[in-house]
Amino acid sequence: MGLELKGIGASDGLYMGPVRLLSTAARKRVASGDAHGEREALKDALTLAVAELVELMGRVEGEAQDILGFQVAMLEDDALSAPALMAIDAGTTADEAWTNALDGEIAGYEASDDDYFRARAADLKDMRDRVLRHLSGEASISAPEGAVLVGEEIAPTTFLETDWSNGGAIALLSGSATSHVAMLARARGVPMVVGLGDETLLRAEVLIVDGARGLVTADPDDQAHAGFESASASQKAARDIEERFRFAPALRKNGTRIEVLINVASVEELDHIDVRSCDGIGLMRSEFLFRDGAPLPDEEQQYHAYRRFLAWAEGRPVTIRTLDIGGDKPIRGLTPEGESNPFLGLRGVRLTLAHEDVFRTQLRALARAAVHGNLKVMIPMVTVSGEITRSAALLDQCVADLARDGIPHARPPLGIMVEVPAVAVAPDLFNDAAFFSIGSNDLTQYVTASSRDDGRVATLNDAGHPAVARLITAVARYGRDTGIPVSLCGDMASETRHLKTLMDAGLTALSVAPSRVARIKAALAEL
Amino acid sequence: MSEWISGSAVITHDVGLHARPSVKLTKVAKGFASAIEIGGSEAGPWIDAKSIVKVMAMKAKQHSTLFVRAAGVDAAAAVEAVVGLVTRDFDEAGHGA
Repeated sequence: MGLELKGIGASDGLYMGPVRLLSTAARKRVASGDAHGEREALKDALTLAVAELVELMGRVEGEAQDILGFQVAMLEDDALSAPALMAIDAGTTADEAWTNALDGEIAGYEASDDDYFRARAADLKDMRDRVLRHLSGEASISAPEGAVLVGEEIAPTTFLETDWSNGGAIALLSGSATSHVAMLARARGVPMVVGLGDETLLRAEVLIVDGARGLVTADPDDQAHAGFESASASQKAARDIEERFRFAPALRKNGTRIEVLINVASVEELDHIDVRSCDGIGLMRSEFLFRDGAPLPDEEQQYHAYRRFLAWAEGRPVTIRTLDIGGDKPIRGLTPEGESNPFLGLRGVRLTLAHEDVFRTQLRALARAAVHGNLKVMIPMVTVSGEITRSAALLDQCVADLARDGIPHARPPLGIMVEVPAVAVAPDLFNDAAFFSIGSNDLTQYVTASSRDDGRVATLNDAGHPAVARLITAVARYGRDTGIPVSLCGDMASETRHLKTLMDAGLTALSVAPSRVARIKAALAEL
Repeated sequence: MSEWISGSAVITHDVGLHARPSVKLTKVAKGFASAIEIGGSEAGPWIDAKSIVKVMAMKAKQHSTLFVRAAGVDAAAAVEAVVGLVTRDFDEAGHGA
């Protein structure tokens, strides 16, 4: 099958192509022999490097422009070249002086304990090599088409100078999934695997790069070839069909418009999703702000985070669920310890009502963020209507406090998750909710009395159980009769096999995993 | 040189004072005639806010407090502008007020 190497997937996708080794070695340069000449040579090389980057900036946009803008700003800063110019005055050649100065900076970044800053070392190396290239009078590196670029690392600008329109991939011995190149590769859809570590990679002639699995196959044999061909053909066929639906409104066969929203759990996810592909955010899990062991996020941090989702949605609805933690998702100092049955314990709104200060901070941040878009707030694990009353009273109090202090705010509509069977059986007791969002994962778990994460009862924990379908149908009907909007945000909506049940139940809004949007829209068109 | 005018703000950006925010910060700083310095503590060490190389080398992280001081004709406005930029999360959260 060829030699299979395991690395870290940095950008999804499957690609096979000829290897092209990345080389950073600059041609030998003949020094001018006097300090003045060397100073001028370095300054000229810097000017040329900046001009080249500015020209490249004109051809790209977004993230790529920011990366290049950063390099230009660094190269234009006298603080970067000052140590090199001093060394030249002391008799060092321009290329050696520049290399030493930049290597000093690079070592500083590489020593950082922070992934993000450590990844900037690659940008500094990129700048170092570009200037060295101009010092030795070399033309820009030719951009190979359709090749798998292989090396220790790859410079961000090499990525940008490469023509990816005929395919290509990246396989690196070291590198990082948080590098600028990895971000660019994800945005451009170029498969990339990093951290392969094995130098046999450098001797391969052909590589299969599987970004999703973080695997690289060197010099594949016939069997591996065949496996690649069939996998990529079926992936492509499915993708082609789905892509026709991605940016279109979801319509059923009979023309009924279905809202397809997305579930998200962090701000970073949004970088890779085009907002025009969905009708908004149906579930934003606010738990990402609360990390076990870290200080609880304050109002300011939460406010800024929530605003990002609203800014991204460009006016589309954004439903943010208040903190949904419990004994199974512990946060020290907040969640109870040693509960005998955490799924039936102090979790969701039960927990936030028991920690009013934490709840209040979140509700204040949400009310402040609400002025920046179409925000809805959703409470998880509601069991009795009193929980809505108490949550609404807290929200009203936050709104009144903000008004008194002259802080801009709005009162978002307050809806509930329908996941406890008590609510699904008797939705008429919860008319105070502005909307219902069915959480099919927990609903299934509670209705079938089988845990979500116990493999031995996995076959019982089935959202396809008719009892689950009947409850969903009843809630949807109650919503239609009373005008309370109903949607579904569990995994069920992301699985095509359940769509018919959900459509038969009369649902018209689904919130799905971002990667499933196109597939779900394509499947809805058949129903 | 005239007296230092100072201020501070907490960095809320996801990964701290990284490349794009640093570029913005130095651009804002360069718009003022005053000397502007930033530091990770009230006692310094202070570094030139107009130098991207030095600002990046601080490696200021999320949740850390950035101290700002300026001296010169437009010092008060300079401190206000830099503190404002950091407080607004480098204008990356969204648009409008």
